[in-house]
Amino acid sequence: MPFEWIVAIRYLREGRAQSLLILAGVAVGVGIIVFLSALISGLQVSLIDRTLGTQAHIVLRRPDEMPRPLLERDGPVAVTAHVERPAQRLRSILQWQQVLDSVERMPGVVALTPTVTGSAFARQGTANRAVLIRGVDPAGFLRIIDVGSKITAGRFDITGTDAVVGSELAAALGLTVGDKIRLSAPDDRSEVFTIRGIFDIGNKDANERWVFVSLRSGQTLLDLIGGVSTIEVKVADIFSAESIAQRLSARTGLEADSWMKTNTQLLVGLRSQNTSSYMIQLFVIIAVALGIASVLVVSVVQKSREIGILKAMGTPTRRIIRVFLIEGALVGLVGSVLGVALGAGLSLFFASLAKNPDGSPTFPVDLNLALFLRASIIATITGVVAAAAPAHRAARLDPVEVIRYG
Amino acid sequence: MDDPLLRLEDVTKDYGERVVTRVLHGISFTLSSGGFTALIGPSGSGKSTLLHLLGLLDRPTSGRILLRGCDTGELGQHALGRLRGRTIGFVFQFHHLLPAFTAVENVMMPILADRGRADDEMRDHAIGLLERVGLADRMHNRVTDLSGGQQQRVAVARALSMTPALVLADEPTGNLDTQSGDQVFALLRQFNREQGTAFLIVTHDPCLAARCDRIIELVDGRITSDRSGGDGQWDSASDRRDGRCGD
Repeated sequence: MPFEWIVAIRYLREGRAQSLLILAGVAVGVGIIVFLSALISGLQVSLIDRTLGTQAHIVLRRPDEMPRPLLERDGPVAVTAHVERPAQRLRSILQWQQVLDSVERMPGVVALTPTVTGSAFARQGTANRAVLIRGVDPAGFLRIIDVGSKITAGRFDITGTDAVVGSELAAALGLTVGDKIRLSAPDDRSEVFTIRGIFDIGNKDANERWVFVSLRSGQTLLDLIGGVSTIEVKVADIFSAESIAQRLSARTGLEADSWMKTNTQLLVGLRSQNTSSYMIQLFVIIAVALGIASVLVVSVVQKSREIGILKAMGTPTRRIIRVFLIEGALVGLVGSVLGVALGAGLSLFFASLAKNPDGSPTFPVDLNLALFLRASIIATITGVVAAAAPAHRAARLDPVEVIRYG
Repeated sequence: MDDPLLRLEDVTKDYGERVVTRVLHGISFTLSSGGFTALIGPSGSGKSTLLHLLGLLDRPTSGRILLRGCDTGELGQHALGRLRGRTIGFVFQFHHLLPAFTAVENVMMPILADRGRADDEMRDHAIGLLERVGLADRMHNRVTDLSGGQQQRVAVARALSMTPALVLADEPTGNLDTQSGDQVFALLRQFNREQGTAFLIVTHDPCLAARCDRIIELVDGRITSDRSGGDGQWDSASDRRDGRCGD
């Protein structure tokens, strides 16, 4: 074993009380970091999960119709003084099959599906509700939004004139699986559908308004025969959705809305949560570093005679510096292992305290190896950095002074 | 002619910045390989300062210190440390062992610090030295568990672990009872005869000095006498009893 390690380990063992105290300090610090990170990222993961449970990462649709000013034949002088914006009607994406191919080739895109989405009324007897028709290809759509696992009654079956409705709508219209419902488009096309399933995707608006039908039925009902109104896209990295959306928009000329754009407030919230979490972690790290440094400074003062003797024996200064850097690193590393255990235990305990009615924790925690490694690496580096000042203090000791007055 | 082991040329040493105190005034002498020399003088005469200069722990204000013909003033701090570790061993008045380590680890420490890594050969060497100083049965004890005489013998073994050409001993028996002191002194003598290691022993025990081959006397920072010592054959204990060599 190298000289530096032998001496560092022996010194740590020698000053048992000090070593234990500082280990406890590091462990508490790392424990706080692990606990805080686990809690915050757990909450964020659950928030994002809930948000993305009801929407695609990116939705592509045809850009709005813009008013075209009427120009003079000979120059850019508008003929009319005021150009009114046309009302937006439901229109199909032009040549959507080609667009589909082009979107599929975009790196980062893992799944996509064409849908027709439009307003309609659901009638059951005299009751009447405004709903959103979602004409989808079931296999493709379930890869984008997993409604299949959120079915509370029946199953997700929308072949022919079958439909799947949300729990709120079912309650409002008194529907159960097997019941019939009439869906009418605003232009009085209508069709009777059989309810095959009822879903609850944890979003009141969707539960109240969404009615899933097959792509073909949707196209017929919404008068978009052979067309699709939107292409919904899933990407591998959810936080790259916005940049992929911009690229898709540039490539296809369609309007591309990422979930990040439609949930700006959520993202701002998450970001400020992260910032405050980083601030807390930073101050914890500083406190830990100061703790390690102060214990090592005391240790250098206590051991100044021995350091002087080591130097008198011809020990190179860099070896003496390394002894203390290793002490710092060891304290950081061992303390962080204890801290990871502490933080993980605390997180799991906290998660077990409060439960939702469905048994999932109210405060979900996200514990993973990356977090543990990050905390340990930070603590070890902090230990080395904190040891730098004491180590240089040890290196500056003059052996003559120490031997003479020691 | 071979260079002497150590040569001092007109060495002075000042302390203080605003009020300068000259501790050593123009010291010149040589130490040859295999010599056994006593450095005596009253307290405050500059013995320890001189010892630190000889041990390359400190640098002179003026003058030159040549180790085997090499001017140590031209060496950087790192090279000086290396040279010191490999050429010079120290025995201090207070044993200055490392309390966190066992006897054998203390003896290994200079080699370990020099080479950076422990191996079996190092350990065997250290065990051999401890056997020679009569501590074969104590080598795995913490040094804090040993008696003063035993500690000082460990310190002697440590000083010799790098097989230095010169060992500087500052009052090596100063804190020991007569018997332990004699044991330690006898060990120094033994290593001097068997290995040809040169010793310079600072002492104010005239009895001890008389048993050295050469006695350098320092008074007020100047060498006042440099003479041959006794034959080294005296039995110190009986001398003391006879009052021939009283304190």
